[in-house]
Amino acid sequence: MQAVKIVITGPFNAGKTQFIRAVSEIDVVSTESKITDPAERIKEETTVAMDFGRITIEDDLVLYLFGTPGQRRFDFMWEILSEGMLGFIVMVDSTRPETFREARYILQVFRSYAPTPYVVAANKQDLSEAWSPEDLRIALKVDPEVKVIPCVATDKEQVKNVLLELLYTILERLELEEAGAEMEH
Amino acid sequence: MALKGNLRDFSTTQLLNLIHLARKTGCLTVRTSSEAARLYFRDGKLIHAHTANHDGHLATMLVKAGKLTNEQAQKIMARPEGRNDVQLGMLLIKAGHVSREDIIQSVRRYMLDIVYTLFGWYDGEFEFTPDALPSADRILIPVNLEQVILEGSRRLQEHERLQDELPDLDHTALRFTNGADARLRAVNLTVEEWRVISFVSPRNTIRVIAQANNMDDFQVRKVVYGLIQAGIVELVRPTGQMAALGVPGEFGAEKPPAIKRSLIERLINRIKRI
Ligand SMILES: Nc1nc2c(ncn2[C@@H]2O[C@H](COP(=O)(O)OP(=O)(O)OP(=O)(O)O)[C@@H](O)[C@H]2O)c(=O)[nH]1
Ligand SMILES: [Mg+2]
Repeated sequence: MQAVKIVITGPFNAGKTQFIRAVSEIDVVSTESKITDPAERIKEETTVAMDFGRITIEDDLVLYLFGTPGQRRFDFMWEILSEGMLGFIVMVDSTRPETFREARYILQVFRSYAPTPYVVAANKQDLSEAWSPEDLRIALKVDPEVKVIPCVATDKEQVKNVLLELLYTILERLELEEAGAEMEH
Repeated sequence: MALKGNLRDFSTTQLLNLIHLARKTGCLTVRTSSEAARLYFRDGKLIHAHTANHDGHLATMLVKAGKLTNEQAQKIMARPEGRNDVQLGMLLIKAGHVSREDIIQSVRRYMLDIVYTLFGWYDGEFEFTPDALPSADRILIPVNLEQVILEGSRRLQEHERLQDELPDLDHTALRFTNGADARLRAVNLTVEEWRVISFVSPRNTIRVIAQANNMDDFQVRKVVYGLIQAGIVELVRPTGQMAALGVPGEFGAEKPPAIKRSLIERLINRIKRI
């Protein structure tokens, strides 16, 4: 049995848990807890250690989706969760510019762990205050070759699309590496 | 699509940079508890600005530039054509009172003064209304935002935000962006900026650049921040360290790519069917 994993990261309340719920075949094993800090009481629950979802590919292969906790005080979990990942997704709440700086920080930290492919998901595009993916790309200083994908995490099809875009990015990278290896021979 | 928020989270510099890069057309409204300003843009260039306290009429601008006295302006504004800037401009030029160049300079100066004060606002709601343009009787002078951003950042006296944007001088280096040479030709750099530019290399950390130029942390941050916002340099990890960090990850050379590729293809096929 082979297990591979993709990590879903991003600031507090970006929609990471929602994203994993939309496609996981098991109830997301979430370590949600009630929020006690009044500043963060914009919703009832937050992820403390991680979210955990699963998609069985075939008898011998499963894909795990790990969601990181959004709050900085749990960032000691990030590096542990990112070990051996195929790629990662940075979720951003497109309606809350006050979280963009944090999103940039998270992006940089994850990039520093390993040269792993990633995409940015511009979440909550169903809300009228959402910044467009193009504006988010500039605001977050996303590299031109990295995809910024519109997303509504409550919509399974859109979540699938983000996952697929990440997998296509990984595939492209592998093809490039293969071409590079051939050139060397 | 909204482009709305607070300057606390997305600064004036960042906003202007976004408008510039996305070549936006429309009106940016910014409101603090005591002030408000409106800036208009066409294709990413600033074309007009006014504040809540100043109507932004040509007569007001010319007073500010010392080309008209207060009394003259009041008289002009009392007449209907005095409120049409384009007409008024032509009248004044015909009367030999001011030159075309005077008008252009006064309008430009007036707009820039407003924009530069915006750089000093750290708390205020902003909203961008796409495609909104000033009324047709205004004189519009297109101003390239690159220069404005550079100059605004020069004036940006805010240690904290700089600290936030460039937290780690010891583990960050600079390199030129793709369009750097064209941009360098389009802007006027200060001596300090040139000094920093001359040390730009992935091998030099920002700390090294600061030391080589006898700059303190704040000075070097300020210059580097301005150069980044103007699109001339970008941050990179210093190359000296890359080697140390180049630990092969899980995703890498150990496994033959053929197997991995088929694995990714299996994932793709499965997710399509969810
Ligand atoms: N309208 C809308 N709401 C969303 C979307 N995605 C998530 N939400 C809502 O946003 C809130 C936060 O979503 P979560 O999935 O808990 O966010 P999170 O990133 O896991 O948050 P933390 O674990 O606290 O960091 C919830 O109320 C979700 O229902 C979306 O695409 N559109
Ligand atoms: Mg969560």
